[in-house]
Amino acid sequence: MEAKNKKAVASRLCCLCNLRRPVLKRPKTLQQICRECFYEVFEEEIHQVIVQNRLFKSGERVAIGASGGKDSTVLAYVLSELNRRHNYGLDLFLLSIDEGITGYRDDSLETVKRNEVQYGLPLKIVSYKDLYGWTMDEIVKMIGLKNNCTFCGVFRRQALDRGAALLKVEKLVTGHNADDIAETVLLNILRGDIARLSRCTSITTGEDGPIPRCKPFKYTYEKEIVMYAYFKKLDYFSTECIYSPNAYRGFAREFIKDLERIRPRAILDIIKSGEDFRIATTTKMPEQGTCERCGYISSQKWCKACVLLEGLNRGLPKMGIGRPRGVNGDHNKETKKPGSVAKSIESKQCGSLDF
Amino acid sequence: MQLTLEFGGGLELLCDSEKIHKVNVDLPNGADSDDFTMKHLLSWVRTNLIKERPEMFMKGDTVRPGVLVLVNDCDWELSGQLDTVIEDKDVVVFISTLHGG
Repeated sequence: MEAKNKKAVASRLCCLCNLRRPVLKRPKTLQQICRECFYEVFEEEIHQVIVQNRLFKSGERVAIGASGGKDSTVLAYVLSELNRRHNYGLDLFLLSIDEGITGYRDDSLETVKRNEVQYGLPLKIVSYKDLYGWTMDEIVKMIGLKNNCTFCGVFRRQALDRGAALLKVEKLVTGHNADDIAETVLLNILRGDIARLSRCTSITTGEDGPIPRCKPFKYTYEKEIVMYAYFKKLDYFSTECIYSPNAYRGFAREFIKDLERIRPRAILDIIKSGEDFRIATTTKMPEQGTCERCGYISSQKWCKACVLLEGLNRGLPKMGIGRPRGVNGDHNKETKKPGSVAKSIESKQCGSLDF
Repeated sequence: MQLTLEFGGGLELLCDSEKIHKVNVDLPNGADSDDFTMKHLLSWVRTNLIKERPEMFMKGDTVRPGVLVLVNDCDWELSGQLDTVIEDKDVVVFISTLHGG
């Protein structure tokens, strides 16, 4: 009777090597595996995803979007391991964005600076202050805690591209994991955002643009990333952004986690559903052009970042939030119909989860 | 019994920003040491260690989905989750996966 559950565990062995005690139940397969086999299958699966999807070419310069959080820390570690082990021939860099959030980003950047040393990867930090003339602290002081995540999300997306251009890299990789992607599929369905829904499950995006982005963790469960970081004692930072209410995405996230508890495969199933969506060819999609002001990709006359920035600089911070008005206003009238509902509830984008 | 409880992934913020807590847990009245399970430990932790936002840690009588639990460095999903028997000197780790990327 004594400690029966523990004894039951002790008598079972890893179902891969049949030698060692299991330490983890894989959400993907429900297999019970030991620490050594876990490292092996975790790394090997990511390697297979990289190879099968031809994510990289030998000799490429690749930037890893590094926030100091668990996903990007594990990505930096695993990618530099695999690069060595399988001779990818990649030049890897860490790229971090300093949004200018005291007590949050300054601390997480310290983590990235340690990663620079630990993994021997050169680090580039680009700041909102340098790129836009505003820190998030200053923006929040001006606009308050409503919509601040919209500014941060729009600015970060562009900042990563600008940082990648400064590093002269051919590709940018981000730590988005399977849970994040499943969450985004659901959000895009709820928002009726057809354009994003068709893009969000792609492992590589922006191939037509200057710097394609890819997600080597597309099929990697968050649970395994966190377990990997824990067992390997990787140094990561885990504090919620001090400005982030994260409400809308939070609901989707919680729902995904509830589903995972009942049926862990649900996460991969949702990704599959997202991949298999077919959008009728008659659906009017926003056309990608370039921003007249800064040259960044945009489906409007001005890109979102320029509209938001103009609002800030003119003391009209509501510009570009919610229903479009102002610079892009007239242009919007023609193209508004399909996406207008989605646009007006587009309060999203917190953390680094922009797709 | 003596236990080491560790909080990570942001959960430490709910308990005075201390990651590691060496604690002495008294068995519930009438219970013998074989009956002390994770279920009991969770309610003890919630009462004695969690200082704010308990909903970030628990949902119903178990941990909130997205919180990983390891008993002596082993995934509690392998040992029966809430039914896992806890013994003297055990190390229990709670890690949230819900914070930042």
